[in-house]
Amino acid sequence: MAELEYEITDHADITDVVCPVTFVKAKVALEELEDGDILAIKMNDGEPVQNVPRSIKEEGHQILKLIDNEDGTYTLIVKKIGE
Amino acid sequence: MAEVDYATLKKGGFMRQKQKNRFSLRLAVVGGALTAENLKKIAEVAEKYGDGHVHLTSRQGVEIPFIRLEQIDEVKEALAEGGCQPGVCGPRVRTVTACQGSEVCPSGNIDTYAIAKELNDRYFGKELPHKFKFGVTGCQNNCLKAEENDVGIKGAMKIQWKQEDCISCGLCAKVCRTDAITSTDHGIDIDFEKCNYCGRCVKSCPTDAWDASPAYLVSFGGTFGNGIFKGEELVPLITDQEQLFRVTDAAIGFFAKYANAGERFRGTIDRVGKEKLKEALNRAYAGVENQK
Repeated sequence: MAELEYEITDHADITDVVCPVTFVKAKVALEELEDGDILAIKMNDGEPVQNVPRSIKEEGHQILKLIDNEDGTYTLIVKKIGE
Repeated sequence: MAEVDYATLKKGGFMRQKQKNRFSLRLAVVGGALTAENLKKIAEVAEKYGDGHVHLTSRQGVEIPFIRLEQIDEVKEALAEGGCQPGVCGPRVRTVTACQGSEVCPSGNIDTYAIAKELNDRYFGKELPHKFKFGVTGCQNNCLKAEENDVGIKGAMKIQWKQEDCISCGLCAKVCRTDAITSTDHGIDIDFEKCNYCGRCVKSCPTDAWDASPAYLVSFGGTFGNGIFKGEELVPLITDQEQLFRVTDAAIGFFAKYANAGERFRGTIDRVGKEKLKEALNRAYAGVENQK
């Protein structure tokens, strides 16, 4: 299995918004970063965690990890690919 | 005026209205898709020959009401200029319906429109003992209501996990609705006894850690009119198109052979026996030649 090393560049919290703004907020946060930077995105369980990781992957970024915070939220570790 | 042959008119999709000498003209539509050119011509014809409105039918068709009998040929000609043809009603294969499918919808497992077109090319208008409806839905969200149809096709996914690309995020286990996937120390375990081939694991995966190919779940004998019955899956998962059309050929062949006039597929299945149909379908599924 792929176990990848990373160092977080920035954080984004999308637990205060609902679909479709969840994805938009995450996308905006990624746009502010440089190629290769690592963003940690905190999101709610349910619809956001089921859809946002895949949507970000489809934007061309690399998903490194999904951490269950065990408080009803998850943190997604994303590596920004491209400008 | 020539004597009116209602049966011929009806076959051509001209539905007699309550109003004397007025017909609602049904158009041929495949999978609910019309081009802008089609729509422009339909609008033009509705204004010129109808009363300026169209009716969208429950099965993705378009009807132009208030067409005059004596203008039928003129109307057909005008519609042909916009690439539109009359549809059918009566005892034959009806409009093949479809959702948008995998070419447009993120949830879609199969190219429903391509399947609908193929079904249409094979069977549309085919004369049978009673009406026969096909519907194609892209996934288990079932927007197109596959089981309402005499033959319903539902998009599925045949899956294989790729351990080397998995980051153990656990999302597939989370989105699985049948508890077929369990997160483990080495990644996941899949219980194929529980898997319903919905493809949600593949669709949610953020690292494409799956080999997945489109597949088909097919239901038979659905009807949603005077009687209401849900179509039943009588064959296992279908994994390629050739196999799919062998099975649909067998279903329609069974209906043509055994149905009484005016009897829907469900009625035939109940009267002749589900096991007999199942046998014919499974022979086609396996690629064994059916005796004619």
